[in-house]
Formats: sequence, structure tokens, C-alpha cells
Amino acid sequence: MTTIDKTRNVPEPRGAAEGDVPLLEVRDLHVEFHTRDGVAKAVNGVNYTVNSGETLAVLGESGSGKSVTAQAIMGILDMPPGRIPQGQILYRGEDMLTMSGDARRKIRGRKIAMIFQDALSALNPVLSVGYQLGEMFRVHQGLSKKDAKAKAIELMDRVKIPAAKERVGDYPHQFSGGMRQRIMIAMALALEPDLIIADEPTTALDVTVQAQVMDLLAELQREYNMGLILITHDLGVVADVADKIAVMYAGRIVETAPVHELYKRPAHPYTKGLLESIPRLDQKGQDLYAIKGLPPNLTRIPSGCAFNPRCPQAQDICRTDVPPLHPVTERDGGELPGRGSACHFWKETIHG
Amino acid sequence: MPDVTKAQTTDAATVDAVAPPAVDAPGKASTQKSDKPRSLWGDAWYDLRHRPMFWISSVLLVLLLVIAAFPGWFTSVDPRDGDLVHHYLGKPELGHLFQPDWFGYDQQGRSIYSRVIHGTRASILVGVCVTAAVTLLGGLLGMLAGYFGGWVDSVISRIVDIFFGLPFLLGTMVVLNAFTERKVYVVILALAFLGWTSIARVMRSSVITAKQADYVTAARALGAGTTRILFRHVMPNAVAPTIVVATIALGGYISAEATLSFLGLGLSDPTISWGIDISEGSKVIRDNPHTLLFPAGMLSLTVFAFIMLGDAVRDALDPKLR
Amino acid sequence: MGRYAARRLLQMIPIFIGTTLLIFLMVHILPGDPVRAIYGDKAPDPAQIAQIKREYGFDKPVLEQYFHYMLNLLKGDFGNNLAGRPVVDLMADAFPVTLRLTLLAITIEIIIGVGLGAWAGLRAGKAADTGVLVFTLTVISIPVFVLGFIARFIFADELGWLPPNVQDSTSYSQLFLPAFVLAMLSMAYVARLTRTTFAENLRADYMRTALAKGLPRRRVIGVHLLRNSLIPVVTFVGTDVGGFIGGAVITEGIFNIQGVGNLLYRAIQTSEGSTVTGVVTVLVLVILLINLLIDLLYAVLDPRIRYA
Repeated sequence: MTTIDKTRNVPEPRGAAEGDVPLLEVRDLHVEFHTRDGVAKAVNGVNYTVNSGETLAVLGESGSGKSVTAQAIMGILDMPPGRIPQGQILYRGEDMLTMSGDARRKIRGRKIAMIFQDALSALNPVLSVGYQLGEMFRVHQGLSKKDAKAKAIELMDRVKIPAAKERVGDYPHQFSGGMRQRIMIAMALALEPDLIIADEPTTALDVTVQAQVMDLLAELQREYNMGLILITHDLGVVADVADKIAVMYAGRIVETAPVHELYKRPAHPYTKGLLESIPRLDQKGQDLYAIKGLPPNLTRIPSGCAFNPRCPQAQDICRTDVPPLHPVTERDGGELPGRGSACHFWKETIHG
Repeated sequence: MPDVTKAQTTDAATVDAVAPPAVDAPGKASTQKSDKPRSLWGDAWYDLRHRPMFWISSVLLVLLLVIAAFPGWFTSVDPRDGDLVHHYLGKPELGHLFQPDWFGYDQQGRSIYSRVIHGTRASILVGVCVTAAVTLLGGLLGMLAGYFGGWVDSVISRIVDIFFGLPFLLGTMVVLNAFTERKVYVVILALAFLGWTSIARVMRSSVITAKQADYVTAARALGAGTTRILFRHVMPNAVAPTIVVATIALGGYISAEATLSFLGLGLSDPTISWGIDISEGSKVIRDNPHTLLFPAGMLSLTVFAFIMLGDAVRDALDPKLR
Repeated sequence: MGRYAARRLLQMIPIFIGTTLLIFLMVHILPGDPVRAIYGDKAPDPAQIAQIKREYGFDKPVLEQYFHYMLNLLKGDFGNNLAGRPVVDLMADAFPVTLRLTLLAITIEIIIGVGLGAWAGLRAGKAADTGVLVFTLTVISIPVFVLGFIARFIFADELGWLPPNVQDSTSYSQLFLPAFVLAMLSMAYVARLTRTTFAENLRADYMRTALAKGLPRRRVIGVHLLRNSLIPVVTFVGTDVGGFIGGAVITEGIFNIQGVGNLLYRAIQTSEGSTVTGVVTVLVLVILLINLLIDLLYAVLDPRIRYA
């Protein structure tokens, strides 16, 4: 195994000036799961920052560690079997991993909230949505049952659920998928948090409803000037709402870039492969490109670059040395702010 | 035949694409092997092998089965021979392993150790036979109800409901009371007559679940016949919960037989049964607790072994609990 | 909700008829002549037997007997036992005793069972969990009658804390030991069921949501987990009432309590069909009503059922 200096070469987060502490900063985060098949290394040194009003999209296949990172930030990882052997998660400069359980709980829901993928299973089936929404106010703000219910109706109006007053006593299974996801969003927004983590918020929805929910989320984010971490495997969702993208593979960030630059000029073969596998109208009739092979087994991540067995450009060095996240520059060395690629051959990929 | 070779080559191709090429050849073989997804039963077996509860109960059960089959290997004393003069309520000699006086003597001067050994057969026989009968009858009816639905389901389910409304022990008491001489088969039939409903319910619901699975729809779309779907696709996936329930129920039937014998409504002399001995022992428990404790201990151990096995299998088959 | 209850009530009627018919047939068709049983080993006069049979209607076809029986039942007449006492009177004496015993047992079952199960479920895979598992397995393995004798031997004979026989069946303190013995088996099942649902629901997505909402642990477990986990437990307790009746036969025998179990046991042994049928009919009715109650409670606890 080759070790690398993981803090080296991390691109400066955009908008993080001197003395200006980012809203959330993840530093060199590692998460592993102890299973009976061995230790699954789900996250292997992830770094990213999010500022107020900014949207970071974390892109990756299932098993890339994007959701596990989010759960680690929320502090809702199952531990055990999960373990965080190293790393820091700084909320306004304070490491949440070393905080007391109670201090951490007070951040959850109030300062950092989360939207889950499948609202039907993420909402408690035996409690009314009004109760579940009102619970936020009762627990965090000590409101009475009656006031909490009024607030819940207000929230449901806020996320455009028709006839909120009549439906406040209904149960999750009585709503449509899109409406349920709105309730999830309302719950996350309840206490106007600084940061929202949305874990594949539209994956379980119809395509037509997806856009509505995404628009609502983006609109509310602008209004409250929240930071947003949008976790997705869908490149299409990302383009319209994200400011910057982090692409994850086998528990590492393999490329970071401002959103449009990534689409225009990917600097990592994996990102390139992902972009090429999107069906496009102008290529109708041709074979659709697919990245060959499967994502690696997390208990046996390949040595060197984890992507090397699937990479069309792989050389010997890729099988031995783990590539650090190189800052990506123009051909002439001109700076490309916020761009990085964990590929030994990033130059060839972006410019070649 | 051509199909098989084709499958193999494509398989090899994908494996090559995934596995790191060359260099670490020795590691490659093992990687491929353990990467193969385990089947439900394979997975369960892997899990079972790592459970001490499974091994403890298996060893116990094998031992009990051997005792039931060959009681003569363990004691040469006749369990019906009593010596009131020398052995009336003789105390146990715990140092005298496998000797007639190991567990002491009962109020007829009979060796409790010998009676405990010889009583095993009746209990195991009742447990195994009732479970087999109940699994066949209940399993079949449950499968029919679950698979065909409609009026078949309505009729069977109502019958199940009716039998279920009658408390199990009360029903068997009424049935058994009608017989003056209760041999092993009478007890077996009575327990099976009232016991099949729980298996039928379990089977029915798991067949309904299996029936709705996509692969069954696919098989039907491909034109597979009813029998084929039922036995090749539905049953293998529905038997797991039934086996678990049956194993646990087996312990329950042994316990029920002893309870009925204790009440004077189960096996009767000359059959040797732990239940009868416990009942006899309970009359003199105050000064001679050994007359009750040894048969009761043996009975509990047997029930324990079956329930523990069923438990271990259930946990192994249910990945949700892992 | 009202319609749901009415539907369930209607569904009960055929089951009630079916089950009572089943017990009636079992009592009347199976060998073992109740009239002969009165005479024991003595050989009675055949004419006398025929006369008694006519008197009780035993000479008519079984279905006709059943029909008459049910008709009388609607008038509150359960018939007389062979000694001439109305079965209703026998039951009026016995039922309150067993009711007290069973209620006490169910209370013990729920409190200890749910407590133990929750404790183990929250520590799934740890030593406490294994301990509870082995304990419940042991309890399930020991038949109730053995448990009863051991309990009586230890607490009454050896320690002398309680009288070995219940003298005053209205005293809850005297009923405590028998109720405890009666509750043990079901308690073990409740503990295991609670443990399983707790451990399972602990991993449910909504639990993760509850955590992500920043709710205190007390609330996450006490509201979100408990509410969901109790649904199967409630169902189990309801369906287990029949098991309690069987257990009562044993427990009441061991502690000499003059309840339904004892009454039934004696009636079965003396082949007193009218008492057996009467008591079982009432029991079936009670069991069905409790099941209905459980169904309604289930609908209250789980809204998905209510609107289905």
C-alpha cells in the first residue's frame, strides 16, 4: 500500500477567505464498517467544504461513500458496525466528532438537517405528519402541542401542500410520493437550519415530480440562504442547481470542479466515463457508452488508484500509487479555481 | 450444452474485467471465489456454523436421538423393575455415573435413571411424528390456500379459524379423554388433529409472499405450469419459515405430551413417559425433590434443544436480524 | 372505524358457530359414554341408561342436539350437569376467579416481557441480549406444570413466603405466585417478540429520521420506536389468551384454585359433556371478543390498517 499525504494539494474552497470560517468543512474523513467479510472501507479521506447559500453536489455510484459521508456529518451512522478512525467534521470551525452527544444533538435538526431518499420509509408510519412536523418545534423550541400543530400547518403551506389544514392529521401513507417528499423537506426546513443535506431527494419520484421538488428545494435554499449538500447519482439533477461538484469513487473524491466546467472538461477518466454514458439525442442510434466492470468491493479496494481495473487509460503507476487530488490547471499553467483531479494522468484527460 | 459454454465464457470475461489483471495471480482465485454472492441457504449455513447455539443444540439432539433409539446402550436396568424393600425413594448418588442409583429411586423403588433413559423414546416419537403430520397436513392446506386464493382460501382459512378458536390444550384434553387406553399413536393423532393450524397459517402467508415475487410472475409469463411454479418456485422459498416454526413447535409438542400425561390424559402405563413420572414425583416433592427434578430436567433439556435449534435456524435465515 | 368494527363482528359469527360445533361434536361423537361414567365400574341397568339418555336428549341426532343446545343458550340456559346443578351457576363461581388470575398474569406478562425485551433489543448482540435470550429459552423449555411445582416447592414449601394452596381467591397477593407461573411462558414469548421488533425497528429509516431531527434518545425510543414495536406485541397478547386458558388448567390444579381451569379439568375427567361444552362455549366467546378488541386496538395503533 502506498500512503500519500492526504492534506496536500487540497484545492482552496471557493469563497473561504482569510479568517472566514466555512459553514461546514469535512477534513480527511475516514469511515469503515466491520462486517463478517472483513473491514469495508466506505470513506477513505474525504475533504470538502460548504458555505452559506452554496450548493455542493456529491456525485457517485452506490457504494461510493457519498451517503456514508452524509450520515457521518449528521452523526446518524450505525456505530458499530461503523467506525470513524480519523478525520474531522467542522461545523463553523468546531469539530462535531469530539463534541458531547448532547451538543451534537442540538445541532442536528436545528442547524444541520437532512432530507432522505425514500420519504415513505423515512417518515414514521404510525404518527400523523402533523405530529412529526410539530415534534421539531416541541422538542427544540418547547412549543405547546397546539402551537406546534399551527406551525406544522404553516410549514405544509410553505412547501405547497394543498389543503394543509385538513391534511395535517393524515398519515404518511395517505400522501402521494411527491407530497411525502415535500413533507420531508418541510421537516428539514422547520427550524431554518444553516445547512441541509439532501440524500437523493428525488430518486424515488416520477420524473415530472422530480423537477417540481428540486425547484422547490432550490427556491427555499435561496430564500433562507442555506448551504446545501446534494447527494445524487443523477448527473441531470445536478446541472441546474449545484454550484460545485465533488465526484466520489470508492470512498474518495476523484474530482472536484465548478459545475459547468466539469461538464465541459472532465479531468478524471471516471467523470469522463460518467458523462459519456448519459444518453444524448444527438447520438441517437449509436451504442451507448458504459464504463466496463463493476464498482470495487469495499473490503478489497484495488491497490493504487481504485478505478484502475476499469480505467481505459490505466498504466503501471495506477496499480501501485494512489493518486493525490492534483490541482487542475490550464495547459499553460493558468489557474482553474476549485478544480482538482485524483488522476496521475489528469493533464492527458482534460487537455489530451 | 452450447448454452452452458457460452455462459461460462461470458462469465470469465466479466470476471477478467473486474479482477486486477495478472501480477497477483494467487490472490485472484480467492477473490473470485468469495465474491460470488451466497444463496439464502448457503448464507444461512455459513451463519449457522458460527453459532455456538446451533452446535450445542445439534449435539444434544443427536445424543437424545441415540438414547431414544438405543436405550439399552445407556442402562441395563429394567425401568419397570421396582424394589420397594431396598430402594423405596432412594436418594441419588451423583458420583455413580450411569449406575442405576445415579438419579435415585422413585416411590416404587424403580431406578429413575433408567426411567429417564427409557422415557426418551416416547417423547421424541410424539414430538417428531406430530411435527411430521402437522407439517404435511398444515403445510399442504396452507399452500393450497395461499396459492389458489379465492374460495379455496376462504374455506381453508375459515376451518383454520374455527380450530384456532379452540384452545389447543383444552381440545386435546377433550379428545384424549375419550380413550381409556392411550397408546403413543393416540396421543400423536390427538395433538396433530388440533395442532396443524399454526403451520397452515405460516405456510399460507409465506406462499402468498412468494407468489407475488417477480420471479414467479416471470415464470408464469414464460408459460410454466401450476405444478411447476408451485414446486420449483414457490415452495422452496416458502418452506424456510415453515421449517423454523415446525422445529420450535416440535419442542412444544413434547412439552404438551408431558403436560397431558401429567394431567392423566396423555400416555398411560405401561408406556414410560417423563410426564407420568413428573406427576408421580410431584406427590412427594417436599422431601424427595429428585423424583421430580430428574425427569423434569430431561424433559426441559429436550424441549430446550429443539427450540434452540429452531431459533438458530431462524436467525440464520432471517438476514434482517443480522 | 365503526364499519371496520362491524365487519369484524360479523366475521366472528361463523367462527363462533364453527368452533362451538367442533367442541360439541368432539364431546358427543368420540367414544366414552358420559352416562356410563356416572356408574364408574358398576354395571348399570340398560333400561336406566336409556332413560337417562332420553332425559338429556342424548338419543337424538348430534346436529339436532347442537341446535337445541344453542337455542337454549340464547335464553341463557346452559343446561345442568349430571349432578343436577345448573352449569351457569358453576361458571358464575369459577369465572371471576380465573378472570382475576388471568388479568394479573397478563399484567405481569406485559410489564416484565416488554421491559425485558426492550432492554435486550436495545442491546442486540451484547451480553445482556444473550442473557435474556438464554433466560427466555429456558423458561419456554420448562413446561408450566414443572415450573409450577418448582415455584411452589421453593416459595411455599421451602421459604414459606406464601401458602402452597390459594385459600382466598379474591386476594391478589395469594394469587400472585400462580399468576406469575401462568404468565412465565407468555412472558418469555413477549420478551422475545419485543426484542426482535425493537432490534428490527431500530434500523428502520424512520428511526434514522428521528435521530436526524435531533430528538433526545428518550423520545426516539419512547415515541418512535415503542409505538411501532408494540403493534405485534399487542397482537400476540391477544391471540395468546387461549394459551392462558390451557395454562390455567395446570396452574389452578397445582395451587388448588377453584377456577374455570379446575372446573373444566374435573368435567373432562368425569366426561360431563354439558359442563365441558358450556365452559368451552363461553371461553370461545371470550377469546373471540378479545380478538376483536385486539383488532380494534391494532387499528388504533397502526393507521395503515384503519384506512386500508
